[in-house]
Amino acid sequence: MTTSRTATDMTSGRVWKKPPFIANPWLRYGLIAVTLTYLYWAFSTLPFDWARISEGLPRAAKIFGGAFPPSFERAGLLWTGFKESFQIAFLATLLGVFLSIPIAVMAAKNVAPKPVYLLGRAIIIISRSFHPVIVAILFVAAVGFGPMAGILTLTLYSIGFVAKLLAEEIEEIDWGQVEAMRSVGAGYLKMLIYGVFPQIMPRQIGLSMYQLDSNLRASAVVGIVGAGGIGGTLMNAFGRYDYDFAFAILLMIIGIILVSEGISGWVRKKVW
Amino acid sequence: MLEITNLVKRYGHNEPVLKGLDLEVDGSSVVSIVGASGAGKSTLLRCINRLVEPTSGSIKLNGHQLVNLRGSELRHSRRRIGMVFQGFNLIDRLTVMENVLSGRLGYVSLFQALTRRFPQSDIDRAFHLMERVGIAHYANNRADQLSGGERQRVAVVRALMQEPEILLADEPTASLDPKTSQQIMSLLQTLASEMSLPVLINIHNVTQARMYTDRIVGMRHGQMIFDGSPKDFNQDALDAIYGGIESPDEDAAEAGAQTQEATV
Repeated sequence: MTTSRTATDMTSGRVWKKPPFIANPWLRYGLIAVTLTYLYWAFSTLPFDWARISEGLPRAAKIFGGAFPPSFERAGLLWTGFKESFQIAFLATLLGVFLSIPIAVMAAKNVAPKPVYLLGRAIIIISRSFHPVIVAILFVAAVGFGPMAGILTLTLYSIGFVAKLLAEEIEEIDWGQVEAMRSVGAGYLKMLIYGVFPQIMPRQIGLSMYQLDSNLRASAVVGIVGAGGIGGTLMNAFGRYDYDFAFAILLMIIGIILVSEGISGWVRKKVW
Repeated sequence: MLEITNLVKRYGHNEPVLKGLDLEVDGSSVVSIVGASGAGKSTLLRCINRLVEPTSGSIKLNGHQLVNLRGSELRHSRRRIGMVFQGFNLIDRLTVMENVLSGRLGYVSLFQALTRRFPQSDIDRAFHLMERVGIAHYANNRADQLSGGERQRVAVVRALMQEPEILLADEPTASLDPKTSQQIMSLLQTLASEMSLPVLINIHNVTQARMYTDRIVGMRHGQMIFDGSPKDFNQDALDAIYGGIESPDEDAAEAGAQTQEATV
Protein backbone atom coordinates (compact mmCIF):
# COMPACT_ATOMS: atom_id res chain seq x y z
CA MET A 1 0.00 0.00 0.00
CA THR A 2 2.64 2.46 1.12
CA THR A 3 5.03 1.60 -1.68
CA SER A 4 2.38 2.00 -4.37
CA ARG A 5 1.48 5.47 -3.00
CA THR A 6 5.10 6.64 -3.15
CA ALA A 7 5.33 5.38 -6.70
CA THR A 8 2.33 7.46 -7.82
CA ASP A 9 3.73 10.62 -6.22
CA MET A 10 7.15 10.16 -7.77
CA THR A 11 5.79 9.97 -11.30
CA SER A 12 3.39 12.91 -11.16
CA GLY A 13 6.08 15.44 -10.06
CA ARG A 14 3.64 17.87 -8.49
CA VAL A 15 4.86 21.35 -7.56
CA TRP A 16 3.90 23.22 -4.43
CA LYS A 17 4.13 26.88 -3.58
CA LYS A 18 3.07 28.62 -0.38
CA PRO A 19 -0.33 30.25 -1.04
CA PRO A 20 0.00 34.05 -1.18
CA PHE A 21 -0.92 36.06 1.93
CA ILE A 22 -3.60 37.97 -0.02
CA ALA A 23 -5.37 35.57 -2.35
CA ASN A 24 -6.90 38.10 -4.79
CA PRO A 25 -4.13 39.10 -7.26
CA TRP A 26 -5.78 42.44 -8.10
CA LEU A 27 -5.86 43.37 -4.42
CA ARG A 28 -2.34 42.06 -3.86
CA TYR A 29 -0.64 43.98 -6.67
CA GLY A 30 -2.94 46.97 -6.15
CA LEU A 31 -1.80 47.31 -2.54
CA ILE A 32 1.85 47.13 -3.54
CA ALA A 33 1.28 49.80 -6.22
CA VAL A 34 -0.54 52.10 -3.78
CA THR A 35 2.22 51.76 -1.19
CA LEU A 36 4.94 52.57 -3.72
CA THR A 37 3.02 55.59 -5.08
CA TYR A 38 2.47 56.90 -1.59
CA LEU A 39 6.15 56.56 -0.65
CA TYR A 40 7.20 58.38 -3.84
CA TRP A 41 4.68 61.16 -3.20
CA ALA A 42 5.66 61.51 0.48
CA PHE A 43 9.37 61.75 -0.21
CA SER A 44 8.97 64.12 -3.16
CA THR A 45 6.76 66.61 -1.31
CA LEU A 46 8.39 66.64 2.16
CA PRO A 47 10.65 69.68 2.54
CA PHE A 48 14.06 68.17 3.23
CA ASP A 49 16.29 71.22 3.52
CA TRP A 50 19.74 69.69 3.14
CA ALA A 51 21.44 73.00 3.80
CA ARG A 52 19.82 73.36 7.18
CA ILE A 53 20.53 69.77 8.07
CA SER A 54 24.22 70.24 7.29
CA GLU A 55 24.28 73.44 9.35
CA GLY A 56 22.62 71.67 12.26
CA LEU A 57 25.07 68.81 12.39
CA PRO A 58 27.98 70.85 13.82
CA ARG A 59 25.56 72.43 16.28
CA ALA A 60 24.54 68.97 17.48
CA ALA A 61 28.21 68.07 17.73
CA LYS A 62 28.78 71.16 19.88
CA ILE A 63 25.95 70.21 22.24
CA PHE A 64 27.30 66.71 22.63
CA GLY A 65 30.77 68.16 23.05
CA GLY A 66 29.48 70.42 25.83
CA ALA A 67 27.92 67.42 27.50
CA PHE A 68 31.34 65.84 28.04
CA PRO A 69 32.32 65.19 30.67
CA PRO A 70 28.96 64.88 32.49
CA SER A 71 28.83 67.02 35.60
CA PHE A 72 27.62 65.60 38.88
CA GLU A 73 28.42 68.82 40.72
CA ARG A 74 24.82 69.64 41.58
CA ALA A 75 24.17 66.21 43.06
CA GLY A 76 21.67 67.71 45.52
CA LEU A 77 19.41 68.92 42.71
CA LEU A 78 19.81 65.60 40.93
CA TRP A 79 18.84 63.73 44.08
CA THR A 80 15.73 65.84 44.82
CA GLY A 81 14.56 65.45 41.24
CA PHE A 82 14.98 61.70 41.21
CA LYS A 83 13.43 61.33 44.64
CA GLU A 84 10.33 63.12 43.43
CA SER A 85 10.24 61.02 40.26
CA PHE A 86 10.46 57.85 42.34
CA GLN A 87 7.68 59.01 44.60
CA ILE A 88 5.48 59.83 41.64
CA ALA A 89 6.21 56.52 39.94
CA PHE A 90 5.66 54.39 43.07
CA LEU A 91 2.46 56.07 44.15
CA ALA A 92 1.05 56.08 40.63
CA THR A 93 1.90 52.39 40.16
CA LEU A 94 0.30 51.42 43.47
CA LEU A 95 -2.84 53.42 42.81
CA GLY A 96 -3.04 52.40 39.16
CA VAL A 97 -2.54 48.69 39.75
CA PHE A 98 -4.99 48.69 42.63
CA LEU A 99 -7.67 50.46 40.59
CA SER A 100 -6.98 48.39 37.50
CA ILE A 101 -8.12 45.14 39.18
CA PRO A 102 -11.83 46.02 39.46
CA ILE A 103 -11.73 47.68 36.07
CA ALA A 104 -10.13 44.60 34.53
CA VAL A 105 -12.87 42.42 36.01
CA MET A 106 -15.47 44.80 34.58
CA ALA A 107 -13.81 44.66 31.18
CA ALA A 108 -13.52 40.86 30.96
CA LYS A 109 -16.28 39.41 28.80
CA ASN A 110 -16.46 36.07 30.58
CA VAL A 111 -17.01 37.37 34.12
CA ALA A 112 -18.89 40.64 33.54
CA PRO A 113 -22.44 41.17 32.26
CA LYS A 114 -22.69 43.02 28.96
CA PRO A 115 -23.43 46.59 30.21
CA VAL A 116 -20.67 46.39 32.82
CA TYR A 117 -18.32 45.01 30.20
CA LEU A 118 -19.00 47.95 27.91
CA LEU A 119 -18.45 50.41 30.76
CA GLY A 120 -15.17 48.72 31.70
CA ARG A 121 -13.97 48.77 28.10
CA ALA A 122 -14.95 52.44 27.81
CA ILE A 123 -12.88 53.35 30.89
CA ILE A 124 -9.89 51.51 29.46
CA ILE A 125 -10.24 53.07 26.01
CA ILE A 126 -10.52 56.57 27.48
CA SER A 127 -7.50 56.16 29.74
CA ARG A 128 -5.49 54.73 26.86
CA SER A 129 -6.48 57.20 24.17
CA PHE A 130 -4.01 59.97 25.08
CA HIS A 131 -0.29 59.89 25.49
CA PRO A 132 0.81 60.61 29.09
CA VAL A 133 2.33 63.93 28.02
CA ILE A 134 -1.03 65.22 26.79
CA VAL A 135 -2.76 63.96 29.94
CA ALA A 136 -0.04 65.62 32.01
CA ILE A 137 -0.66 68.96 30.29
CA LEU A 138 -4.37 68.64 31.14
CA PHE A 139 -3.67 67.74 34.78
CA VAL A 140 -1.09 70.50 35.18
CA ALA A 141 -3.76 72.90 33.99
CA ALA A 142 -6.28 71.36 36.40
CA VAL A 143 -4.27 70.90 39.61
CA GLY A 144 -1.26 73.15 38.98
CA PHE A 145 2.45 72.45 38.62
CA GLY A 146 4.04 69.74 40.74
CA PRO A 147 4.03 66.04 41.55
CA MET A 148 0.25 65.83 42.08
CA ALA A 149 -0.31 66.27 38.36
CA GLY A 150 2.35 63.65 37.66
CA ILE A 151 0.76 61.12 40.00
CA LEU A 152 -2.68 61.57 38.47
CA THR A 153 -1.29 61.30 34.96
CA LEU A 154 0.65 58.13 35.57
CA THR A 155 -2.20 56.56 37.57
CA LEU A 156 -4.47 56.97 34.57
CA TYR A 157 -1.74 55.68 32.29
CA SER A 158 -1.24 52.60 34.51
CA ILE A 159 -4.97 51.88 34.63
CA GLY A 160 -5.19 51.95 30.86
CA PHE A 161 -2.33 49.57 30.34
CA VAL A 162 -2.62 47.16 33.28
CA ALA A 163 -6.41 46.88 33.19
CA LYS A 164 -6.41 46.13 29.47
CA LEU A 165 -3.85 43.34 29.68
CA LEU A 166 -5.34 41.97 32.88
CA ALA A 167 -8.81 41.87 31.33
CA GLU A 168 -7.41 39.86 28.43
CA GLU A 169 -5.75 37.54 30.92
CA ILE A 170 -9.06 37.04 32.75
CA GLU A 171 -10.73 36.20 29.44
CA GLU A 172 -8.23 33.41 28.92
CA ILE A 173 -8.40 31.69 32.30
CA ASP A 174 -9.17 28.01 32.75
CA TRP A 175 -12.95 28.13 33.12
CA GLY A 176 -13.04 24.77 34.89
CA GLN A 177 -11.75 26.32 38.10
CA VAL A 178 -14.53 28.90 37.97
CA GLU A 179 -17.09 26.15 37.36
CA ALA A 180 -15.75 24.24 40.34
CA MET A 181 -16.20 27.29 42.56
CA ARG A 182 -19.72 27.83 41.25
CA SER A 183 -20.52 24.18 41.89
CA VAL A 184 -19.61 24.46 45.59
CA GLY A 185 -22.08 27.32 45.93
CA ALA A 186 -19.67 30.27 46.04
CA GLY A 187 -21.08 33.68 45.18
CA TYR A 188 -19.61 36.07 42.64
CA LEU A 189 -16.91 37.64 44.82
CA LYS A 190 -15.79 34.34 46.32
CA MET A 191 -15.67 32.93 42.81
CA LEU A 192 -13.39 35.81 41.81
CA ILE A 193 -11.15 35.41 44.86
CA TYR A 194 -10.71 31.64 44.46
CA GLY A 195 -11.47 30.88 40.85
CA VAL A 196 -10.05 33.89 39.00
CA PHE A 197 -7.45 35.85 40.98
CA PRO A 198 -5.04 32.97 41.69
CA GLN A 199 -4.94 32.28 37.95
CA ILE A 200 -4.04 35.85 37.00
CA MET A 201 -1.75 36.54 39.97
CA PRO A 202 1.63 35.92 38.27
CA ARG A 203 0.56 38.06 35.35
CA GLN A 204 -0.63 40.74 37.75
CA ILE A 205 2.71 40.85 39.55
CA GLY A 206 4.63 40.85 36.29
CA LEU A 207 2.50 43.68 34.94
CA SER A 208 2.91 45.71 38.14
CA MET A 209 6.67 45.39 37.94
CA TYR A 210 6.64 46.32 34.28
CA GLN A 211 4.37 49.25 35.00
CA LEU A 212 6.66 50.53 37.76
CA ASP A 213 9.46 50.37 35.26
CA SER A 214 7.44 52.17 32.65
CA ASN A 215 6.18 54.78 35.14
CA LEU A 216 9.77 55.57 36.18
CA ARG A 217 10.58 56.31 32.57
CA ALA A 218 7.35 58.22 31.96
CA SER A 219 7.74 60.25 35.16
CA ALA A 220 10.88 61.76 33.64
CA VAL A 221 8.90 62.73 30.54
CA VAL A 222 5.84 64.20 32.23
CA GLY A 223 8.19 66.33 34.36
CA ILE A 224 9.07 68.23 31.19
CA VAL A 225 5.56 69.67 30.97
CA GLY A 226 5.60 70.65 34.65
CA ALA A 227 4.22 67.58 36.39
CA GLY A 228 7.12 67.32 38.84
CA GLY A 229 10.14 65.06 39.07
CA ILE A 230 13.44 64.79 37.26
CA GLY A 231 11.92 65.83 33.92
CA GLY A 232 11.60 69.42 35.15
CA THR A 233 15.23 69.46 36.26
CA LEU A 234 16.27 68.07 32.89
CA MET A 235 14.27 70.71 31.05
CA ASN A 236 15.83 73.51 33.12
CA ALA A 237 19.31 72.14 32.49
CA PHE A 238 18.68 72.22 28.73
CA GLY A 239 17.19 75.68 28.96
CA ARG A 240 20.30 77.04 30.66
CA TYR A 241 22.65 75.27 28.24
CA ASP A 242 23.98 73.14 31.14
CA TYR A 243 24.54 70.25 28.76
CA ASP A 244 27.00 68.54 31.09
CA PHE A 245 24.41 68.47 33.88
CA ALA A 246 21.69 67.37 31.45
CA PHE A 247 23.94 64.55 30.31
CA ALA A 248 24.47 63.51 33.92
CA ILE A 249 20.69 63.35 34.37
CA LEU A 250 20.30 61.25 31.23
CA LEU A 251 23.00 58.85 32.40
CA MET A 252 21.23 58.52 35.74
CA ILE A 253 17.91 57.81 34.00
CA ILE A 254 19.52 55.11 31.86
CA GLY A 255 21.18 53.59 34.92
CA ILE A 256 17.95 53.52 36.91
CA ILE A 257 15.98 52.00 34.04
CA LEU A 258 18.62 49.28 33.65
CA VAL A 259 18.50 48.47 37.35
CA SER A 260 14.71 48.42 37.48
CA GLU A 261 14.55 46.24 34.35
CA GLY A 262 16.89 43.80 35.99
CA ILE A 263 14.86 43.69 39.18
CA SER A 264 11.51 43.33 37.44
CA GLY A 265 12.86 40.59 35.19
CA TRP A 266 14.14 38.71 38.20
CA VAL A 267 10.85 39.07 40.10
CA ARG A 268 8.80 37.94 37.10
CA LYS A 269 10.93 34.83 36.76
CA LYS A 270 10.58 34.02 40.45
CA VAL A 271 6.79 34.31 40.48
CA TRP A 272 4.98 31.52 38.74
CA MET B 1 -33.33 10.98 46.72
CA LEU B 2 -32.98 12.59 43.32
CA GLU B 3 -36.00 12.71 41.03
CA ILE B 4 -35.64 13.95 37.50
CA THR B 5 -38.80 14.14 35.40
CA ASN B 6 -39.17 15.01 31.74
CA LEU B 7 -35.89 16.94 31.61
CA VAL B 8 -35.28 18.76 28.34
CA LYS B 9 -32.18 20.75 27.43
CA ARG B 10 -31.84 22.46 24.11
CA TYR B 11 -28.90 24.71 23.18
CA GLY B 12 -30.22 27.53 21.00
CA HIS B 13 -32.49 26.19 18.28
CA ASN B 14 -30.60 22.96 17.78
CA GLU B 15 -31.89 19.45 18.30
CA PRO B 16 -32.37 18.98 22.07
CA VAL B 17 -29.47 17.33 23.88
CA LEU B 18 -31.78 15.87 26.50
CA LYS B 19 -35.19 14.74 25.28
CA GLY B 20 -37.57 14.32 28.19
CA LEU B 21 -35.35 12.33 30.50
CA ASP B 22 -36.65 10.61 33.63
CA LEU B 23 -34.34 9.30 36.32
CA GLU B 24 -34.68 8.42 39.98
CA VAL B 25 -31.77 7.81 42.27
CA ASP B 26 -32.41 6.88 45.87
CA GLY B 27 -30.51 6.13 49.03
CA SER B 28 -26.80 5.49 48.75
CA SER B 29 -26.71 3.88 45.34
CA VAL B 30 -23.77 4.39 43.01
CA VAL B 31 -25.15 4.90 39.53
CA SER B 32 -23.01 5.02 36.43
CA ILE B 33 -24.20 6.74 33.31
CA VAL B 34 -22.72 5.37 30.12
CA GLY B 35 -23.12 6.53 26.55
CA ALA B 36 -21.18 7.73 23.55
CA SER B 37 -19.77 11.24 23.43
CA GLY B 38 -22.57 13.70 22.76
CA ALA B 39 -25.24 11.46 24.28
CA GLY B 40 -25.98 14.15 26.87
CA LYS B 41 -24.37 12.60 29.96
CA SER B 42 -22.42 15.69 30.90
CA THR B 43 -25.35 17.99 30.22
CA LEU B 44 -27.49 15.82 32.49
CA LEU B 45 -25.09 16.15 35.43
CA ARG B 46 -24.62 19.85 34.83
CA CYS B 47 -28.36 20.43 34.81
CA ILE B 48 -28.55 18.96 38.30
CA ASN B 49 -26.26 21.57 39.87
CA ARG B 50 -27.37 24.13 37.29
CA LEU B 51 -24.01 24.80 35.70
CA VAL B 52 -26.25 24.30 32.68
CA GLU B 53 -29.77 25.76 32.63
CA PRO B 54 -32.37 23.09 31.84
CA THR B 55 -34.88 24.15 29.19
CA SER B 56 -37.80 22.44 30.90
CA GLY B 57 -38.63 19.64 33.28
CA SER B 58 -38.18 19.08 36.97
CA ILE B 59 -35.24 18.08 39.15
CA LYS B 60 -35.93 17.43 42.81
CA LEU B 61 -33.29 16.68 45.42
CA ASN B 62 -34.81 15.33 48.64
CA GLY B 63 -38.04 17.07 47.78
CA HIS B 64 -36.49 20.46 46.87
CA GLN B 65 -37.11 21.68 43.36
CA LEU B 66 -33.78 22.74 41.80
CA VAL B 67 -35.03 24.13 38.48
CA ASN B 68 -35.77 27.87 38.46
CA LEU B 69 -33.85 28.66 41.65
CA ARG B 70 -32.05 32.01 41.58
CA GLY B 71 -29.41 33.89 43.55
CA SER B 72 -28.79 32.77 47.11
CA GLU B 73 -31.38 29.98 46.89
CA LEU B 74 -29.46 28.49 44.00
CA ARG B 75 -26.13 28.81 45.85
CA HIS B 76 -27.62 27.20 48.94
CA SER B 77 -28.82 24.21 47.00
CA ARG B 78 -25.49 23.94 45.15
CA ARG B 79 -23.77 23.56 48.52
CA ARG B 80 -25.64 20.29 48.90
CA ILE B 81 -24.47 18.93 45.54
CA GLY B 82 -20.84 17.91 45.28
CA MET B 83 -19.20 17.66 41.89
CA VAL B 84 -16.01 16.02 40.67
CA PHE B 85 -14.73 16.91 37.20
CA GLN B 86 -12.73 15.13 34.53
CA GLY B 87 -9.98 17.77 34.61
CA PHE B 88 -10.02 17.93 38.45
CA ASN B 89 -10.59 21.72 38.26
CA LEU B 90 -8.46 22.44 41.28
CA ILE B 91 -7.19 25.94 41.92
CA ASP B 92 -3.68 25.11 40.75
CA ARG B 93 -1.84 27.95 42.45
CA LEU B 94 -3.42 27.48 45.87
CA THR B 95 -2.41 24.88 48.43
CA VAL B 96 -4.15 21.54 48.77
CA MET B 97 -5.66 22.73 52.05
CA GLU B 98 -7.07 25.88 50.47
CA ASN B 99 -8.54 23.77 47.71
CA VAL B 100 -10.14 21.43 50.20
CA LEU B 101 -11.47 24.30 52.29
CA SER B 102 -12.89 25.95 49.18
CA GLY B 103 -15.57 23.28 49.42
CA ARG B 104 -16.90 25.33 52.34
CA LEU B 105 -17.16 28.57 50.37
CA GLY B 106 -20.93 28.33 50.31
CA TYR B 107 -21.02 28.32 54.10
CA VAL B 108 -18.42 30.89 55.21
CA SER B 109 -18.50 34.69 55.01
CA LEU B 110 -16.65 36.65 52.35
CA PHE B 111 -14.16 37.90 54.94
CA GLN B 112 -13.44 34.35 56.14
CA ALA B 113 -12.98 33.24 52.55
CA LEU B 114 -10.65 36.12 51.74
CA THR B 115 -8.46 35.74 54.83
CA ARG B 116 -8.64 31.91 54.88
CA ARG B 117 -9.96 31.99 58.45
CA PHE B 118 -12.20 28.96 58.18
CA PRO B 119 -14.00 27.69 61.29
CA GLN B 120 -12.12 25.10 63.35
CA SER B 121 -14.78 22.49 62.58
CA ASP B 122 -14.09 22.90 58.86
CA ILE B 123 -10.36 22.48 59.38
CA ASP B 124 -10.91 19.38 61.49
CA ARG B 125 -13.22 17.95 58.84
CA ALA B 126 -10.67 18.78 56.14
CA PHE B 127 -7.85 16.95 57.93
CA HIS B 128 -10.11 14.02 58.71
CA LEU B 129 -11.19 13.61 55.08
CA MET B 130 -7.68 14.16 53.72
CA GLU B 131 -6.39 11.44 56.04
CA ARG B 132 -9.21 9.20 54.91
CA VAL B 133 -8.07 9.42 51.27
CA GLY B 134 -4.35 9.61 52.10
CA ILE B 135 -3.41 13.15 51.07
CA ALA B 136 -3.10 14.86 54.48
CA HIS B 137 0.69 15.17 54.19
CA TYR B 138 0.22 17.35 51.11
CA ALA B 139 -1.86 19.97 52.97
CA ASN B 140 0.61 22.80 52.34
CA ASN B 141 1.75 21.73 48.87
CA ARG B 142 0.56 23.59 45.86
CA ALA B 143 -2.20 21.67 44.11
CA ASP B 144 -0.34 21.54 40.79
CA GLN B 145 2.55 19.65 42.37
CA LEU B 146 0.41 16.55 42.88
CA SER B 147 -0.04 13.65 40.49
CA GLY B 148 -3.31 13.09 38.65
CA GLY B 149 -4.69 10.54 41.08
CA GLU B 150 -3.78 12.66 44.08
CA ARG B 151 -5.39 15.71 42.51
CA GLN B 152 -8.60 13.84 41.89
CA ARG B 153 -8.56 12.81 45.55
CA VAL B 154 -8.25 16.49 46.51
CA ALA B 155 -11.23 17.20 44.26
CA VAL B 156 -13.24 14.42 45.88
CA VAL B 157 -12.40 15.74 49.36
CA ARG B 158 -13.38 19.26 48.26
CA ALA B 159 -16.75 17.95 47.14
CA LEU B 160 -17.20 16.01 50.39
CA MET B 161 -16.36 19.15 52.41
CA GLN B 162 -19.67 20.53 51.17
CA GLU B 163 -21.47 17.87 53.24
CA PRO B 164 -23.29 16.99 50.04
CA GLU B 165 -26.55 15.11 49.75
CA ILE B 166 -25.46 13.79 46.37
CA LEU B 167 -22.17 13.52 44.54
CA LEU B 168 -21.88 14.07 40.79
CA ALA B 169 -18.78 12.82 39.00
CA ASP B 170 -18.30 13.88 35.39
CA GLU B 171 -15.90 11.33 33.91
CA PRO B 172 -13.72 11.42 37.04
CA THR B 173 -11.25 8.86 35.72
CA ALA B 174 -10.95 9.83 32.06
CA SER B 175 -7.69 11.77 32.60
CA LEU B 176 -6.10 9.06 34.74
CA ASP B 177 -4.08 5.95 33.97
CA PRO B 178 -5.94 2.61 34.29
CA LYS B 179 -4.62 1.69 37.72
CA THR B 180 -5.23 5.11 39.27
CA SER B 181 -8.65 5.29 37.72
CA GLN B 182 -9.56 1.99 39.38
CA GLN B 183 -8.39 3.37 42.71
CA ILE B 184 -10.54 6.47 42.28
CA MET B 185 -13.57 4.39 41.29
CA SER B 186 -13.21 2.12 44.29
CA LEU B 187 -12.70 5.17 46.51
CA LEU B 188 -15.95 6.68 45.24
CA GLN B 189 -17.69 3.37 45.81
CA THR B 190 -16.52 2.96 49.41
CA LEU B 191 -17.07 6.62 50.30
CA ALA B 192 -20.61 6.37 48.98
CA SER B 193 -21.40 3.45 51.25
CA GLU B 194 -19.53 4.91 54.25
CA MET B 195 -21.39 8.20 54.05
CA SER B 196 -24.57 6.73 52.56
CA LEU B 197 -24.25 9.19 49.73
CA PRO B 198 -25.82 8.69 46.33
CA VAL B 199 -23.23 9.06 43.56
CA LEU B 200 -23.83 9.67 39.85
CA ILE B 201 -20.83 8.86 37.69
CA ASN B 202 -20.50 9.59 34.00
CA ILE B 203 -18.10 7.06 32.66
CA HIS B 204 -16.78 5.73 29.37
CA ASN B 205 -15.17 2.64 30.79
CA VAL B 206 -17.92 0.03 30.75
CA THR B 207 -15.81 -2.55 32.58
CA GLN B 208 -15.31 -0.18 35.50
CA ALA B 209 -18.97 0.77 35.44
CA ARG B 210 -19.87 -2.91 35.81
CA MET B 211 -17.31 -3.45 38.55
CA TYR B 212 -17.81 -0.47 40.82
CA THR B 213 -21.42 0.61 40.51
CA ASP B 214 -24.77 -0.80 41.60
CA ARG B 215 -26.76 0.42 38.64
CA ILE B 216 -26.03 1.37 35.06
CA VAL B 217 -27.96 3.92 33.08
CA GLY B 218 -27.34 3.91 29.36
CA MET B 219 -27.97 7.03 27.31
CA ARG B 220 -28.18 7.62 23.62
CA HIS B 221 -29.19 10.79 21.76
CA GLY B 222 -30.49 12.43 24.95
CA GLN B 223 -32.67 9.52 25.96
CA MET B 224 -32.33 6.78 28.51
CA ILE B 225 -32.28 3.44 26.74
CA PHE B 226 -31.00 1.17 29.48
CA ASP B 227 -31.52 1.14 33.22
CA GLY B 228 -30.58 -1.87 35.24
CA SER B 229 -28.07 -3.68 37.36
CA PRO B 230 -24.60 -4.45 36.00
CA LYS B 231 -25.43 -8.14 35.54
CA ASP B 232 -28.24 -7.23 33.13
CA PHE B 233 -25.94 -5.02 31.15
CA ASN B 234 -25.19 -7.44 28.33
CA GLN B 235 -23.87 -7.23 24.80
CA ASP B 236 -27.30 -6.21 23.46
CA ALA B 237 -27.42 -3.24 25.80
CA LEU B 238 -23.88 -2.30 24.83
CA ASP B 239 -24.75 -2.46 21.14
CA ALA B 240 -27.88 -0.40 21.72
CA ILE B 241 -25.83 2.31 23.42
CA TYR B 242 -22.70 2.39 21.31
CA GLY B 243 -23.64 0.37 18.22
CA GLY B 244 -23.86 1.90 14.77
CA ILE B 245 -21.86 4.89 15.87
CA GLU B 246 -18.77 5.02 13.74
CA SER B 247 -16.21 7.66 14.04
CA PRO B 248 -16.27 9.82 10.91
CA ASP B 249 -12.46 9.86 10.80
CA GLU B 250 -12.26 6.13 10.27
CA ASP B 251 -14.86 6.27 7.52
CA ALA B 252 -12.95 8.96 5.72
CA ALA B 253 -9.66 7.11 6.10
CA GLU B 254 -11.18 3.92 4.71
CA ALA B 255 -12.73 5.77 1.79
CA GLY B 256 -9.40 7.44 1.12
CA ALA B 257 -7.58 4.13 1.16
CA GLN B 258 -10.05 2.69 -1.33
CA THR B 259 -9.58 5.58 -3.75
CA GLN B 260 -5.83 5.15 -3.50
CA GLU B 261 -6.14 1.52 -4.43
CA ALA B 262 -8.45 2.41 -7.30
CA THR B 263 -5.95 4.85 -8.79
CA VAL B 264 -3.15 2.29 -8.62
